[in-house]
Amino acid sequence: MAYAVKDYKTEVWVDWCPGCGDFGILNAIHQALAALQLPPHKVAVFSGIGCSGKTPHYIGTYGIHTLHGRVLPVATGFKLANPEMTVIAVGGDGDGYGIGAGYFLAAGRRNVDLTYIVYNNGVYGLTKGQASPTLPKGVQTKSLPEPNLMEALNPIAVALGAGYTFIARGYAYDVRHLRDLIVAAIQHRGTALIDVLQPCPTYNNIYTREYYNARVYKLEETGYDPVVHNPTDEKEIVEKKAQALLKAYENGDRIPIGIFYRVERPTLEDELAARLPHWGKALADLEPIYQRDLTPLLDELR
Amino acid sequence: MPKRFVSWMIGGPQGSGINVAAETLAKAFSRGGLYVFANIEYHSNIMGKHSYYRVRVSEDPIHAPVEEVHLLAALDEETLFGDHHHNPEFPTHHGHVHEVVPGGGIIYDADLGDIRDRLKRDDLRLYPVPYFEMIRRALEPFGKAAEYRQYDIMRNTVALGATLAVLDYDFDLVAEVIREQFKGRRARLADLNIQALRVTYDYVHEHFGNDFPWKVRRRERRGDHILIRGVQAVALGKLQAGLGVQTYYPISPATDESTYLEAVQSKYNVVVIQTEDEISAINMAVGAAHAGARASTSTAGPGFALMPEGIGFAAITEAPGLVVFLYQRGGPSTGLPTRTEQADLGFALHPAHGEFPHIVIAPGDVVEAFYDSFEAFNWADRYQMPVIVLVDKYLASSYIAVPRFETRHLVIDRGIRYQPAGQRDGYLRHAVTESGISPWVVPGTEGVVFWTTSDEHNPKGHISEGVLHRMEQMDKRMRKLELAAREIPDSKKFTLHGPAEAQVTLVGWGTTKGAILDALEELSALNGLTFNFLQIRMMRPFPAEPVGAILRRARRVILIENNYSGQLGNLIREMTGFRIPHRVLKYDGRPFTVNEILEGVRRALENDEERIVMISSEAREVIPWPTR
Repeated sequence: MAYAVKDYKTEVWVDWCPGCGDFGILNAIHQALAALQLPPHKVAVFSGIGCSGKTPHYIGTYGIHTLHGRVLPVATGFKLANPEMTVIAVGGDGDGYGIGAGYFLAAGRRNVDLTYIVYNNGVYGLTKGQASPTLPKGVQTKSLPEPNLMEALNPIAVALGAGYTFIARGYAYDVRHLRDLIVAAIQHRGTALIDVLQPCPTYNNIYTREYYNARVYKLEETGYDPVVHNPTDEKEIVEKKAQALLKAYENGDRIPIGIFYRVERPTLEDELAARLPHWGKALADLEPIYQRDLTPLLDELR
Repeated sequence: MPKRFVSWMIGGPQGSGINVAAETLAKAFSRGGLYVFANIEYHSNIMGKHSYYRVRVSEDPIHAPVEEVHLLAALDEETLFGDHHHNPEFPTHHGHVHEVVPGGGIIYDADLGDIRDRLKRDDLRLYPVPYFEMIRRALEPFGKAAEYRQYDIMRNTVALGATLAVLDYDFDLVAEVIREQFKGRRARLADLNIQALRVTYDYVHEHFGNDFPWKVRRRERRGDHILIRGVQAVALGKLQAGLGVQTYYPISPATDESTYLEAVQSKYNVVVIQTEDEISAINMAVGAAHAGARASTSTAGPGFALMPEGIGFAAITEAPGLVVFLYQRGGPSTGLPTRTEQADLGFALHPAHGEFPHIVIAPGDVVEAFYDSFEAFNWADRYQMPVIVLVDKYLASSYIAVPRFETRHLVIDRGIRYQPAGQRDGYLRHAVTESGISPWVVPGTEGVVFWTTSDEHNPKGHISEGVLHRMEQMDKRMRKLELAAREIPDSKKFTLHGPAEAQVTLVGWGTTKGAILDALEELSALNGLTFNFLQIRMMRPFPAEPVGAILRRARRVILIENNYSGQLGNLIREMTGFRIPHRVLKYDGRPFTVNEILEGVRRALENDEERIVMISSEAREVIPWPTR
């Protein structure tokens, strides 16, 4: 049977502010799941804390709303225990690049097959608009009593260094484009980051819909090729990363969206499958692990 | 064996292989039909600092170290005389000569020269052995005698060979254990080491005769025994329980358990992941638990200090199958990374903000560590609440010979699982039930989805701040703790060792068990009083009624804990109203010896002291073993 977009929705009332960029991201996720025809019971959506954290409640798949900053460890543990599930993690920029920064880095190193979507609006919305790690220095949104004191972190650049194998940027008000990015990210084997420019109409009066509408352009429309064609060629990897880094710092009058970098590398699941003979299905019901014979280990202790 | 036990100690700089020598000897003793207890003290250091290993051996079961040393094997000068030369301003110890019993022996490197004046006692048998000369002679048949300085690492084998000669123990048993340590391409090293063992053994017999009063002889013992330490017992318990995912961040003294599991992961299909920190370790384990795997993380105090939010998250989302192992070490903060303590009971009882149900247990030895680790997962599944297992550095690293674990009677119970009724059947992850248990389901089950959240929620798992949702969810979660309290038998919650009624009741928890059990036999004979020992094994839910009843009918009660404040005593007072009048405490980072239990009990009974603090024999004279 075919799944429609409505099959991925829930009856829960969406409590984001009117005009919030989060709606665009939610719609794009719904549409991507329908485009891929993933059975709802084979998908699990995880979130951190903040406005974005409510996302799983609005999606008709397994939904686990975790802690501030810890969405990636929880999602990773889930995926390793149940590798047949499609895992999507979402969170805000404060959640992922601030309190969760350590996990953001480690997830890149692990390369577990999951998709991480960051709702990046430069502010901590749910606590009323404090500066997030992606708000540039000197900027004063209407929610800030004084201009921001610290430099902004560049998520694309950090992800390149951390080892993400799929790095993209989306725009919350270009739902169709974002849907395609999410589809590509889910199809990618490995950890995929989609940093989404997501205006917060309530607290961020600087990086607005109007601001982005005037600046964003699509990398794929410029002939940009993000793909490492020979993943064993370290030279090509470095060249493609250097190219992506230049694009990551292009954030003046023109702001690129689309896939910045993509490479096929062995996932952590590939490594585990090589080590553990019965690995690959949900551990919960894997018979051999409930019938372990400790005799050889006890014999060693004689 | 002329005495009831023989106690041997080896000391040397870290990296010199004292652990290999001690564990080889312990294994050879155990295979020789003897009971063994072996424990190490070492620094948080890779190479150079002083460490020492005690091996106690007996024909009868023994469970703890004693202070007196019958035979001391020193790999260096510091083992004999302390570290005044490195630390003139603040020396940390004065060596171990004072711990050797009158008539006991010291094996040391003859290259140290005449040490008699420096010993400041003349009641010892001295066994000066030229360590390098022994190594040189051992290398001769292999044509490597000229390179003897490069084989410095074999000094431990020399000390072991001398030990065998003095104790007159079975050479071949030790040689067999050494041969097993060097397999395949390293087999040649076994030959070298066995030759060093032989050369030294013969040298000592030739030069010093065979008149040492404490000899050790192999014997026949009934039943199959193993020599095992705490980290192995926990790991085996977890494997038997069907552990699916183990996460960890490196930390002393917990890491050895995870690396043991990692070494066998291919054979047993267990996912072992080293994480970026302990916050990730606990949360990854919670994620794996929600996916339906039995999941665990093992850490020490500083790592557990990063885990509270993850434990609260597991509790409010009712993750099934999560068990956290806390290997206690000297705190607070970094504290004493490689030393033992029982100071995290209060922390384990209140491991996160807010109120939620969880289970706290503390096995007292390797046998309980194995069976409790197994059972902990059944409880974590059945009650869908975190289980915290309190162990410590002392249990983690001490070896003991025990009967081989019996596993046939162990039954895995994954709790109450949901049976799906078809497409979109309205499954409620946090359904409100009379027992408090909401049946759980493995994600991926066709026709079912669920939500859960660290926010308070409604039965469907969606965020709710509604008063009635809050009340019914809080009450249902806490009902599970009442259920656990009712269902888990008293036999898992406490053990009363010795007679049901006694004139003196000793109270303790965790790894003081061994020293208390060994002391119990001596105490009754010494004092003419009857003694029993109440070992508390489950601290939450706490067996308040039976424990209160036992304490109220006891005549004299003495608390024994490896911490500063008597945390179990405080818990007992909170839960039962009973105030234990005497506290024997120790918080210098070392475990209780049997001698200290005897002395603490004596001071409580004879002097009526309320607070008795023990300091290890590293820093004082040995408490003499009582004579009857």
